[in-house]
Amino acid sequence: MKEIGLYIHIPFCMKKCDYCDFLSGVYDERMQEAYTRSLCQEILYGGQQLKSVAVSSIYIGGGTPSWLDAEYMEMIMNAVYQAFTVLPSAEISIECNPGTVTKEKFDTYRRIGINRISIGLQSANDDELKLLGRVHTYNRFLHTYDLARKCGFYNINVDVMTGLPGQTLEKLMYTLDAVTGLRPEHISAYALIVEEGTPFYDRYKFDAVKQHAGMETEFLPNEDLEYQLYKMTQHVLSERGYRQYEISNYAREGLECEHNKIYWKRKPYLGVGIGAASLLDDVRASNVRDIYEYLERCEKLRAGDEFSPLWDSATKLTRHEAMEEFMFLGLRMNCGVMREDFEKTFGCNIEGVYGDVLKKLRGEELLTIEGGRIYLTEKGMDLSNYALAEFLLEK
Amino acid sequence: MAVDQSKIRNFCIVAHIDHGKSTLADRIIEMTGLLTSREMQSQVLDNMDLERERGITIKSQAVRIIYKAKDGEEYIFNLIDTPGHVDFNYEVSRSLAACDGAILVVDAAQGIEAQTLANVYLALDHDLEVLPVINKIDLPSAEPQRVKDEIEDVIGLEAQDAPLISAKTGLNVEEVLEQIVTRLPAPDGDPKSELQALIFDSLYDAYKGVIVFCRIKEGTLRAGDEVQMMATGATADVVEVGYFGAGQFIPCDELSAGMVGYMTASIKNVKDTRVGDTITHRKKPCAKPLPGYKKVNPMVYCGLYPTDGAKYPDLRDALEKLQLNDAALQFEPETSVALGFGFRCGFLGLLHLEIIQERLEREYNLDLVTTAPGVVYRVYKTDGTMIELTNPSNLPDPSEIDYMEEPVVEAEIMVTSEYIGAIMDLCQERRGTYISMEYMEETRALIKYVLPLNEIIYDFFDALKSRSRGYASFDYEMKGYVKSDLVKLDILINKEEVDALSFIVFSGTAYERGRKMCEKLKEEIPRHLFEIPIQAAVGSKVIARETVKAMRKDVLAKCYGGDITRKKKLLEKQKEGKKRMRQVGNVEIPQEAFMSVLKLDED
Repeated sequence: MKEIGLYIHIPFCMKKCDYCDFLSGVYDERMQEAYTRSLCQEILYGGQQLKSVAVSSIYIGGGTPSWLDAEYMEMIMNAVYQAFTVLPSAEISIECNPGTVTKEKFDTYRRIGINRISIGLQSANDDELKLLGRVHTYNRFLHTYDLARKCGFYNINVDVMTGLPGQTLEKLMYTLDAVTGLRPEHISAYALIVEEGTPFYDRYKFDAVKQHAGMETEFLPNEDLEYQLYKMTQHVLSERGYRQYEISNYAREGLECEHNKIYWKRKPYLGVGIGAASLLDDVRASNVRDIYEYLERCEKLRAGDEFSPLWDSATKLTRHEAMEEFMFLGLRMNCGVMREDFEKTFGCNIEGVYGDVLKKLRGEELLTIEGGRIYLTEKGMDLSNYALAEFLLEK
Repeated sequence: MAVDQSKIRNFCIVAHIDHGKSTLADRIIEMTGLLTSREMQSQVLDNMDLERERGITIKSQAVRIIYKAKDGEEYIFNLIDTPGHVDFNYEVSRSLAACDGAILVVDAAQGIEAQTLANVYLALDHDLEVLPVINKIDLPSAEPQRVKDEIEDVIGLEAQDAPLISAKTGLNVEEVLEQIVTRLPAPDGDPKSELQALIFDSLYDAYKGVIVFCRIKEGTLRAGDEVQMMATGATADVVEVGYFGAGQFIPCDELSAGMVGYMTASIKNVKDTRVGDTITHRKKPCAKPLPGYKKVNPMVYCGLYPTDGAKYPDLRDALEKLQLNDAALQFEPETSVALGFGFRCGFLGLLHLEIIQERLEREYNLDLVTTAPGVVYRVYKTDGTMIELTNPSNLPDPSEIDYMEEPVVEAEIMVTSEYIGAIMDLCQERRGTYISMEYMEETRALIKYVLPLNEIIYDFFDALKSRSRGYASFDYEMKGYVKSDLVKLDILINKEEVDALSFIVFSGTAYERGRKMCEKLKEEIPRHLFEIPIQAAVGSKVIARETVKAMRKDVLAKCYGGDITRKKKLLEKQKEGKKRMRQVGNVEIPQEAFMSVLKLDED
């Protein structure tokens, strides 16, 4: 049976953080109820359309999925079990924010099969949390983390951020010390990106340009410091037993996030909820982003319809596009890609397509080829945008 | 049937830019009934898109219209539109020579400007009867009486009877038509004497070959005549003669003395029919050619390179086609280490350069890189020979150079008195030599300077406008060459000289320009995996330096869930940026960098 990943998008937040540009917002109780009902409809519909697949991982992301009432989350997961065969070994993750979870909620999560908790901490410094517009303090996080452990979750991820305004090496060190001291199974370390349309953009857009141009900055770390923050994270986490397996993901041995790897390895996945992306049979698609339109379209879902009326865009990848993705996604992982996998997937030799690029990047010490394995060097990871762009083919 | 000379009026309209020359031409054509208002596309005479967009006339155009005057007679008007920019001064002078009279249009609010003066003097030099007209009297700021007085005081033309018009609304344009009949002279010349016809323009048509625009001064031109161009020596059999309808050529039997029209003679190249040349009969030539012929030489040179090297043949074809219609455009192949194969092109001036560049990009869909425009320097070598230098890369070794000369112009700047100081400062900064200043009226002065051409081709006009808040106007003419202390400024990127960025500069400003260029290039050149020094050097001496720091980190760490499309877009943007780069050594330089050095004075 073909295995797929399932992504469930919950766009609700108690309050939107100042740097966040994800598809999320503050909605009332009635919207949560309506959305849950639509989501269940979409899940059941997806199950009818995708016969004979098995779900090998589920990721409930947001927004803040933990902000949703436990009762609704239970309805959603019930729909999943009704619609799909979920493998017993499936990794089922949910994103939680400190302060939005109670013992009862965690108990429900356990009961409905969720086995991995991802907690958004970002920083152990309360002043930084305030600056980011987070709703919690570090103590609040500790409480949530302990609660998760007590409720029997043995696979926990903690998110941290580097490159924050005013962040120093000492401040980041304090966060890294605090987090690694808790021994979570997995740590995601993202670099702050100042995105258009966020309050951060209004505050720091000029600084972001200056940072990128290597000039002195006012609030954000300058380029040198940003680089050091990033390298320190890599270094400290690796010293403490967290192996980097992808640009921003670190895990203790054998505890990598399976769902994440589906993206990098281009395995099929179905995304449900507003704006959710799917990759099915080399078709990349994404759902409508407008929540009202989403609710409306879900009402009209009928089995046997074209797959899927909720899609806002759907593109069948050409062979070249699939090759490009294979490379620029695969090389995000520290293990890189296997030469034989490329050959198996595309029926041709990788050298024939990317010989020149591989040679150039090797010459620049950004890439290594070891036996059948091709992967980015540490320098290549530092300059991954530069290196990965090389794998885009001429149209 | 011979045309009655006394019923012909050949005239042009002269004005400062934006004073309403083309609008008045439109109105005259419309009101004489040759076209209905509905058929008129605004500004009939400026028929290149580019001309209409820029509001200036690039090529001369002519139109013949019929006017029924108040005396009950029908008159033939030949309206010859002249180019409106100093780059085309020679063309202007030849167009004027084809006329007997000129309408001087002056803006009722702005009054006389530098170009007004330059053009009106040019018209008077050609013995044209000048008919002043005050335009834009519908503007709230119009001061017709002040402008009339100004015309009388400054130019010395009787102006109290000048029609007060609004070319835009058509107000009083009728009176202009009447005055053309009563105040402008009819042409003279004997239809029976030897042919003497002035070429004032020509254009290439794919079907008819070169179409020659001419004014018959003496004699008669008919289809079937065997003619000769007296300066170029080219001969041809006339296929067709005719006159100009609105936007079309109307054949007729003959063109006799006093008439303006065209001829075709299956001539393949406009080079054979130079503006200013005299057409005569080969077997029965006139005694001497008409005065004033000049072979125009390019004043400004730059390198034009296709962005995509594979488009080199296309660029050559396009230049050849443009040259068919533009004898002043010159080009020859050259190669640059940085830019590959391209052409060194010569232009009449910077506007001419911009027009050609835009036409190549628009009409021929070419993406171009332009190197810094330069003037023609004269290099006197120690062996006694002299070379005319159009490409800085060809400058001989300093040990072989005795001295160098650069071209200078005499500039006339008209400015209101409060900005005199600012404008004189500007001229001094640009190495100007003060000649004179006279007050045209209490609040306005005419300042004359000799300026190196090199100093005015980039941005002098912009600087003039900004320092005078738009109140200064400017005109110039070539004054020849003067000895000057010049050096070649080279730019080294990552220790490699980039030939396309070299240019000749006055030694006193070399340091300043070198420093600015390095700063500008630092902004333009993206960071590489290694550090890139940018140096400006004169000979082997480095006079300025900047460094583009190495790029150490370029990571997109963020996870957008499974939204891969967004990731790919970011990578595509990165890749797209690289496409527009030129490889010099192991450094990639964006195309824009080559142009950016032209804009050093902007900030």
